[in-house]
Amino acid sequence: MSELPGNAERSPGDAPARAAGAEERPAAGAAPSSPGAEWLSVGPDGREWGAQPKWRRDFPIDSPRDEYVARRDFTKFMVLVSLGFVVGQFWILFQNALRRRTGAPPVRRVARADQIPVGGSLVFEYPEPGRSAVLVRLAGGRFVAFDQSCTHLQCPVLAQVDRGRFYCPCHEGIFDLETGRPVAGPPERPLTRVLIEERGGWIYATGIERRTG
Amino acid sequence: MSRRPRFARSQRKAIVTGILCIVLILVVLQLWLLTATMNAFLGGDTDILLPAALASFGCLALNAGLLWYVYSLDR
Repeated sequence: MSELPGNAERSPGDAPARAAGAEERPAAGAAPSSPGAEWLSVGPDGREWGAQPKWRRDFPIDSPRDEYVARRDFTKFMVLVSLGFVVGQFWILFQNALRRRTGAPPVRRVARADQIPVGGSLVFEYPEPGRSAVLVRLAGGRFVAFDQSCTHLQCPVLAQVDRGRFYCPCHEGIFDLETGRPVAGPPERPLTRVLIEERGGWIYATGIERRTG
Repeated sequence: MSRRPRFARSQRKAIVTGILCIVLILVVLQLWLLTATMNAFLGGDTDILLPAALASFGCLALNAGLLWYVYSLDR
């Protein structure tokens, strides 16, 4: 509490004098005679210093001043938080620029169409090595493919074709098998769709489609 | 020679409390902006990234101005 007035002048031997000095403070409601006098204060319970217990008189804290400084410092801290959010926003912009530089994902051959039975699924790496996607053959022979990362916290989802869903075992997230849209659990965004084409009996992954809803 | 503050301490405390409330509202707005922007970015919607960043920067500028005013009360 370096901002307490008079701290510099006080010494440990002043304690009794300080209690008596409470009488020097302006009476309640009296206008302070100088800027310094304005900062002379009362205890946290609103009573004059003379009426405060000894422990509080021995360790005086200017409570109103303390509250003022605490709120001012908290305001400063919140402005720093505000700066952090702006840094986050520009970090997203930077990541978006990086994503644009990488360009469109490559066209990649995934599997032969007859290799996957109806109701079967195949995990493959797309668009880059180490990033897995899952290809599913629906009833009727149609193929769908999605990025295997759950849109909640990136756990790999499992294709449960017989139940018509993708299931994330980490937090019980469930996605519709045909559309990849979230059905239950914490995920709010649909799975990233992998665009596929069938050419000459082969399945090709040709791109990805990120979606917000 | 010390200059007498413009406002009494009780007035300054009220001003700081009011400014703190405004700053808190702006920070919550920025938090919402950041989460909405991140959701849009991960979902492939990149149109709102720049306007959201500029809006957040505007909030920061407002907050910094209010903080400057708070500190000017003590000068």
